[in-house]
Amino acid sequence: MAEFVNPEVEWAKRLLEGDAAAFTPFVESFQSKVFQYTWMMCGQREDAEEVAQDTLLKVFESFDQLREPEHVKAWVFRIARNYCLMKRRRSVFAPDKEFSLDELMPGRMPGNDSPGSAASDRVPDQRELPEQRLLRAELNHELETAMQELPANYRSVVLLRDVEGLSTTEAAEVLDLSEDVVKQRLHRGRLALRKRLAGYLTPAGKVSE
Amino acid sequence: MSPVKHEHGPADPLPPEACLEVFEKLSEYLDGELSPQDCAHIQEHIRDCEPCVAFVESLKTSIRASRELRSQETVRELPEATREELKAAWRAALQRRTG
Repeated sequence: MAEFVNPEVEWAKRLLEGDAAAFTPFVESFQSKVFQYTWMMCGQREDAEEVAQDTLLKVFESFDQLREPEHVKAWVFRIARNYCLMKRRRSVFAPDKEFSLDELMPGRMPGNDSPGSAASDRVPDQRELPEQRLLRAELNHELETAMQELPANYRSVVLLRDVEGLSTTEAAEVLDLSEDVVKQRLHRGRLALRKRLAGYLTPAGKVSE
Repeated sequence: MSPVKHEHGPADPLPPEACLEVFEKLSEYLDGELSPQDCAHIQEHIRDCEPCVAFVESLKTSIRASRELRSQETVRELPEATREELKAAWRAALQRRTG
């Protein structure tokens, strides 16, 4: 079976070797990803674009310091996260807040959200939905809003782990957190998103069973 | 020993302790970050617990949606001058590396 090769890792290796053909795909891929992260963290378009451009400039200025191209994505996001902090602006979305596991537990949520007991447990499987494209776009839109309303300390972890696909170790390094804290915030952030999405998708006709 | 079958739903809104133990570890379970013993414990529980299966499935679907999230806010193309600035920075960095 052919081994999966991450294109970003390949582009980073080629850039380290001086291959200019890798420049454009690398820039376009990371500009888009970094902007999505900075937009979701800052909530202001101008700030997000400025931070994304500053990040890319810093990435290329310090490209000679990229020791492990296999971890280029975590390296880039570490720089992006530092520029976000340097902006010293609070997110216009939800600020930091601690969720207790208790408040996210089934049966202790409003509306009797006991596992399997309520329609609100049923988040539709996107593969099974009719009018798939429209509903997928609707779910995507609702998820983006839910993500923005997630307290920033959870949002940053969910964005790096689930949206960008970094490992627990990489996310911990990017955010200067222990792996245990990353795991805890990821779980609570996911539960909060699931709760939010489930409520939105409850009405009949949207639930694929 | 087969697990004891149980129910929890609208009539019994608080899930049994065994379900709450599973609930606490679901992300690590789905991410393959649990020890083989903890993983087996969860699998054994959810084999006979339909509400927990439904909860796991809804969480999986929600996580999958996050993995496919694409922001409505799209980035504008970089101006040519900025691209040239980035390229010059890359070339200078490579020179430092090889020089």
